[in-house]
Amino acid sequence: MKKVVILGAGTGGTIMAARLQRRLDRRRWSITLVDENPTHYYQPGFLFIPFGLYREKDVVRRKADLIPKGVEFKLAGIEKIEAGQNRVQLAGGETLAYDVLVIATGAKTAPAENPGLLGDGWHRNIFDFYTPEGALGLHQALQQWRGGELVVHITEMPIKCPVAPLEFSFLADWWLTRRGVRAPTHITYVTPLAGAFTRQNCSTVLGYLLDRKKITMIPDFNLERVDPDARKLVSYEGREVPYDLLVTVPTNMGDPVIARSGLGDELNFVPTDRHTLQSLARPNIFVVGDATDVPMSKAGSVAHFQAEILTENLLRYIHGRELTPGYDGHANCFIETGYQRAVLIDFNYEVEPVRGKFPLPVLGPLSLLQESRLNHWGKLAFKWIYWNLLLKARPLPGIGARMSRAGKDLGSLACAPQAESES
Amino acid sequence: MPEKTLAGVTVEVDDQGYLTQPRLWTRELARELAREEGIQELTVPHWQVIEFMRRDWEEKGASPNLRRISKLSGIGTKELYALFPGGPGKKAAKIAGVPKPQGCV
Repeated sequence: MKKVVILGAGTGGTIMAARLQRRLDRRRWSITLVDENPTHYYQPGFLFIPFGLYREKDVVRRKADLIPKGVEFKLAGIEKIEAGQNRVQLAGGETLAYDVLVIATGAKTAPAENPGLLGDGWHRNIFDFYTPEGALGLHQALQQWRGGELVVHITEMPIKCPVAPLEFSFLADWWLTRRGVRAPTHITYVTPLAGAFTRQNCSTVLGYLLDRKKITMIPDFNLERVDPDARKLVSYEGREVPYDLLVTVPTNMGDPVIARSGLGDELNFVPTDRHTLQSLARPNIFVVGDATDVPMSKAGSVAHFQAEILTENLLRYIHGRELTPGYDGHANCFIETGYQRAVLIDFNYEVEPVRGKFPLPVLGPLSLLQESRLNHWGKLAFKWIYWNLLLKARPLPGIGARMSRAGKDLGSLACAPQAESES
Repeated sequence: MPEKTLAGVTVEVDDQGYLTQPRLWTRELARELAREEGIQELTVPHWQVIEFMRRDWEEKGASPNLRRISKLSGIGTKELYALFPGGPGKKAAKIAGVPKPQGCV
């Protein structure tokens, strides 16, 4: 019996398990999925928790209930990947040998990387919303909020879902208005990027929205430290931004097991072929989702599209065939803009987010790079799609792994990706 | 592609001023490129960074980002900002004649 081992049962790992379960010859191949955490979080839902739109129960499921039948699930920490010996050491001493390994260990916030963040202010007047504790704590803090300096901040790129801090700012503007405390609140958006987003077209549209909502943007801000006593952010160049409530996205890093195994870059992301999704280190190791170092947004949609290509390539690999360079960088994100509206963007390595209709040309019904109510309902419906279709690798009508150019107004292209980040 | 003449040599640069052929880089070119970036004189720690950029680009085939430079060049982030004000990753790459570090998305 040959063995595929998948490390990580988040979005990418769970989808890979579902796909491989259907595609591999199960008389000859076993599939084992390993994760140390029994709970699966619907991470896009964290954004809604601070505003009371979702509760914790909306974003959690037991991982064991999401794993397809026929896949062995091991609830265990991962000590080390021994790539030279084709085996994985688990916490507790067990050793798992593999023929093919899929790394899906994701990315997580690493606040210890940012001096001052874990001091006295942490989860008192400094919150993240990328963890359940942070999002729930922020919900409490916002209940008490009476006005002052609200600072939304990105430490360094890359981060999971690079639009989430913008969405947070837009939703905060809406929520504070509804609560009658928007007037005494000054919202500042602090980013290491040169603009509101990593891609130029989108940056222009979102920058305009920030302006319209009277949110001050401070670009090119590279955090040196947080001063929790003076309640301010200090940049490497000596700029300072005062806050009363700091909503920050700490440095995001790949899992520490990647570093322990000597398979990562400076941020513990695994060097990966951006088109085939094979690791650069070993031909029998593949990588999916946030764990890779591919130059594309870290997002569930990316993991979902990659999984389709990766499955194809894993099968080609075990049959000794040439891999397909099939992943084009396709990403797709809803961006909540408040007042029951959202923007939708669909892009890849080469094609910038542009205007148009999605998923069907002309008919849509969703509009690209424009605010609409339907996009907002699309984002809310996505939670159901995530649990019921996406994680089970069931087809999403009209949406392929490769980005479709149909229905997009490519005439409005500003071609080159913006690359202004210092990180 | 635009061209420009630096240190008596004509070189091709991209629309943001990065050398399109890193192999044509020389130390004289670096001094000229640095002046264009507002750095009048390249000191010993400047060269330490520039040489790291060259070496890393040769080995990895890509320009290192700021985190990698600060971790591996022996010069910390704070000092990098003092040496290359306004954007050490981008400026050091330009002066070292290697491509602009890949943007983060």
